[in-house]
Amino acid sequence: MIRTDDVGGLLKTLCPMFVLVDDCGRVVQVGPTLQKLRPDYPMAGQSFLDIFELVRPRSICTVTEMLAEPGLKLHLRFQDQPQTAFKGLIAPLPCGGGAVVNLSFGISILDAVRDYALTSADFSGTDLAIELLYLVEANSAAMEASRSLNLRLQAAMLAAEKQAYTDTLTGLKNRRAMDHILAHLISTKSVFSLMHLDLDFFKSVNDRLGHAAGDYVLQQAAKIMLEETRSDDTVARIGGDEFVLIFKGMSDRKKLGGIAKRLISRLCQPMRFDGSACSVSASVGTALSTQFEVPKAMDILHAADLALYAAKRNGRSCHRFYCELSDARQSG
Amino acid sequence: MHGLINRAIQSFVCATYGRQCWLHATQTSGLGFDEFEAMLIYEADITTRVLDVLCAKLNRPKTEFLEDLGTYLVSHPNMEDLRRLLRFGGVTYVEFLHSLDDLSDRVRLAVSDLSLPDLELQEHSPAEYQLHCFPGLPGYSSVMTGVLRAMADDYGALVILSNDEHHNEAEVISIRLIESAFAEGRHFDLGARKS
Repeated sequence: MIRTDDVGGLLKTLCPMFVLVDDCGRVVQVGPTLQKLRPDYPMAGQSFLDIFELVRPRSICTVTEMLAEPGLKLHLRFQDQPQTAFKGLIAPLPCGGGAVVNLSFGISILDAVRDYALTSADFSGTDLAIELLYLVEANSAAMEASRSLNLRLQAAMLAAEKQAYTDTLTGLKNRRAMDHILAHLISTKSVFSLMHLDLDFFKSVNDRLGHAAGDYVLQQAAKIMLEETRSDDTVARIGGDEFVLIFKGMSDRKKLGGIAKRLISRLCQPMRFDGSACSVSASVGTALSTQFEVPKAMDILHAADLALYAAKRNGRSCHRFYCELSDARQSG
Repeated sequence: MHGLINRAIQSFVCATYGRQCWLHATQTSGLGFDEFEAMLIYEADITTRVLDVLCAKLNRPKTEFLEDLGTYLVSHPNMEDLRRLLRFGGVTYVEFLHSLDDLSDRVRLAVSDLSLPDLELQEHSPAEYQLHCFPGLPGYSSVMTGVLRAMADDYGALVILSNDEHHNEAEVISIRLIESAFAEGRHFDLGARKS
């Protein structure tokens, strides 16, 4: 027959956070690590429930009930601060007269090692506590490295996305961006108008003065279009010398006519490149979303296109609105 | 080669010889980039190329260079995280030496695709040990020699190391422990987590 003292000696080595209680729930002996958590308050002699609060199972309120259920898993915490949480397992002594409650920190180990300055000597050799602490640190270091990679990838992705929507020569939006914006406006049933602008005589500048001059003209034209539109309007270069301007929330023909007029008059002024004058002009066709019962991107683009060709037929440097009554004959 | 290894080399070179030296090495070896990402995998010959360029520029044998890298990994403030992970290996230097048998498993536990060669500690007497470094990562035994030296300082132990023997396919580091508590050593607090 093992005496209670011997049990205590054995437990000290095997589980340094044990509590030996008697039948009345009085603490007979505790493991050295557990006592280290309350160095100024000897636990032996105290009532178990004065030291520990029983959190779960909630049905159990007294030590007698606790002792009646061998193998019971307990969730406990200290009554006083810091209220470190414990997991516990209860095993009655074989010879009667009390039970052993073995405690462990469970997930509260991270705070416990810091709060109580525990060292690896405070854990039994088979305890996985040190391995757990190692893993937590190793994982957080690895996560840190992954996180910084993710942040850089995200920045690169945003830059790539921006690039994919930008016309590199002029810095305007490109065809893809325009499609995207148009689709969004249509899906949100927004009112807008769309201008199709074509630079006249651009090809002759290119042929006569070379591509550098042509590029310069495109950049200047882009600058003028940005200056003549609001910041939430869209200006996109969708082909060599073709541009689309989208005016969100605007269906006022007078205003649109004014914008087109200003654009044409500014674009018609000769630009100087390397000492040579580059003269272009512009033709503009405009369609309004309100001209369609069910606006579709393709139809509106086509309508603006028709208006543009009407403007060109009318001689250069003109602006025409799309006329819904007749696809063949547009009026201004 | 795992990005963490390349990143370690980059970090060591930048901290010890300056960023200019690193940029020179990446450009001379034609990498096409200057920064290794810790969590990506690179072709093994990239690492070899960078190391060759660095050793040529610094005019140092590769074994010496790698040993300094090992020392850096433990002793530089940049690498405090790594030092702590190694200190989890044991309370004393000898315990730490024994924990090296598990090092490759521990590393895999933290970063599953980082596989380091196996290590095996043989104890010939309480003061004489041999660490067998198995093949898989050229220069690993040189790096480990630096690590063992710096960890000895960390624990406050006095050791003599030599790394010039072979045993079958393994490279052997001989460790002679002169005194296990020679100096104070650096403090290791289990609960000293960041934030």
